[in-house]
Amino acid sequence: MAAALAVRGLVKRYGRIEALAGVDLDVEQGELVGLLGPNGAGKSTLVKIACGLVRPSRGSAEILGSPAGSPAARATLGYLAELFRFPGWYTADEVLGLHQSLARSRGGERERRELLELVDLAGARDRKVDAMSKGMQQRLGIAQALVGDPKLLLLDEPTSALDPVGRRTVRELLERLRGRGISVLLNSHLLSEIELVCDRVTILLRGEVVAAGAPSDLARPRGVEIETDEATLTYEAAGREDVPQLVADLVAAGRKVYGVSVLRSTLEDVYLDAVGGETS
Amino acid sequence: MRAVWTIVRYGLEEALRRKVFAVVLFLTLGFLGLFWLGNHYAFKDLSGIGQPAGIDARDFAGSFIFGLAMFATLFLGVVLAIFLTLGAVRGDADRGLLQPLVVRPIGRTTFLVARFLGTVGVAGPYVLAVYFASMLITGLTGHWWPDRILTPGLELAAAVALIAAISLLGSVFLTATANGIAVFMVFGAGLVAGLLGSIGHALHSQTLEHASKVAAYVVPVEALYQDALRQITADTTGLTQFVLQLGPFGGAFIGGWQVRVWAVAYLGLVAAIALFGFHRKDL
Repeated sequence: MAAALAVRGLVKRYGRIEALAGVDLDVEQGELVGLLGPNGAGKSTLVKIACGLVRPSRGSAEILGSPAGSPAARATLGYLAELFRFPGWYTADEVLGLHQSLARSRGGERERRELLELVDLAGARDRKVDAMSKGMQQRLGIAQALVGDPKLLLLDEPTSALDPVGRRTVRELLERLRGRGISVLLNSHLLSEIELVCDRVTILLRGEVVAAGAPSDLARPRGVEIETDEATLTYEAAGREDVPQLVADLVAAGRKVYGVSVLRSTLEDVYLDAVGGETS
Repeated sequence: MRAVWTIVRYGLEEALRRKVFAVVLFLTLGFLGLFWLGNHYAFKDLSGIGQPAGIDARDFAGSFIFGLAMFATLFLGVVLAIFLTLGAVRGDADRGLLQPLVVRPIGRTTFLVARFLGTVGVAGPYVLAVYFASMLITGLTGHWWPDRILTPGLELAAAVALIAAISLLGSVFLTATANGIAVFMVFGAGLVAGLLGSIGHALHSQTLEHASKVAAYVVPVEALYQDALRQITADTTGLTQFVLQLGPFGGAFIGGWQVRVWAVAYLGLVAAIALFGFHRKDL
């Protein structure tokens, strides 16, 4: 079974600047992969190459076995750009109609209605894009990316303009899409979101993959924290298997134990370790 | 085919919203009104003029005034074509409008061809409508009709189609503003070359005539316009024809089937470069 997205040795140069320096990445079918990295790490370039907007200098990208940018590849993907605009004089329904026509979707009115409901825009069906908030436009962008029942979704910062409720809507939507077997490559700066929804994470720095894996695999133990009647004690070298002995020793020493936490690094810690504090 | 129509409609709706059509319609009505007024007084005064020896004053006035209308028609058509296309690729890409469209299965070739067809589909009939309206005004007011009725109009429409293609090519590489300026300058340079050619013809300067011909072929928009002018007085003879060929409006010396063949080849060349550039362009 071909991967939804298979990237091999991808290099992209803009003059002297190397945006991607030999990236390998797989998104399996039905998998949700998060793409992280500081500004200028090459995330958007990678996504743009995958959807055929940018030509690679070297290497390959394939969508379900078809070369990125080919008609067959374009027919199977949905894309939301980081910076996008829809014609302001179109209504939400007309935007989806336009993309149905271009994607050769036969979903008709039913598909448009379902997609608008999916992104909580059912009530704004006849509202013009110019009259929508940035958050509503972003949700409409996600609905647009889902036109034509794509097998792979490439989302470039899909929640950057959303409020917390909007972000939660998108998070739930992504989980529902995974349930339907749709693969997603999610490029986002919001680490908490990536940690919550993604099966795997790839961190890019200066065009190279510096860390990759499941969020739980990337996280490392950071010790054990025990709350007693005297103080909260931290055992940095200890792990989960050491907890019974530590608690037993404290109780034997006359301490009262109120709580135990096994500490693990968050994705934020992993990210900061990987990029070394670089921001752009 | 459905995708082509979708893109055509998309481009035209954008022009409608930007009031491109409203501006062009306003300018056109203004021009036709003034043109009628000019015809009315020109032909009224003509009856009181003593006819110079060897020159048919009505032929001269009619063809000169109608030639002026052809220039205005071409100019208005060029304005319309440029404003419909100047930001089609890079302009729309910079604003984030293009990317969601071209990642769809339609592809870049279909997109560019559809934008061209949409522009020609509007600007072509527009040019023909203004051309025939001007002809009717001159014919009914001054009782003068061109020697060729249809071909000059078609050549003006073809010239506007060429401008649309050049503008689309420019839009692949230039920002909307830079492209608009560049295409207007190319059009203007062609016109200036045409005028220089007329001067060269009057002065029997072969160098100027040759330079004008080269320029007309480099920008065949001008060559098509010159050929259209030549045809409205194709059957005119004698001193009247000679004076009209001095230009700038009543006639011309550049033209013939070579111009039309070259215009078709030129369109193909511009289209090929535009498509090649668009396919290689990072968006």
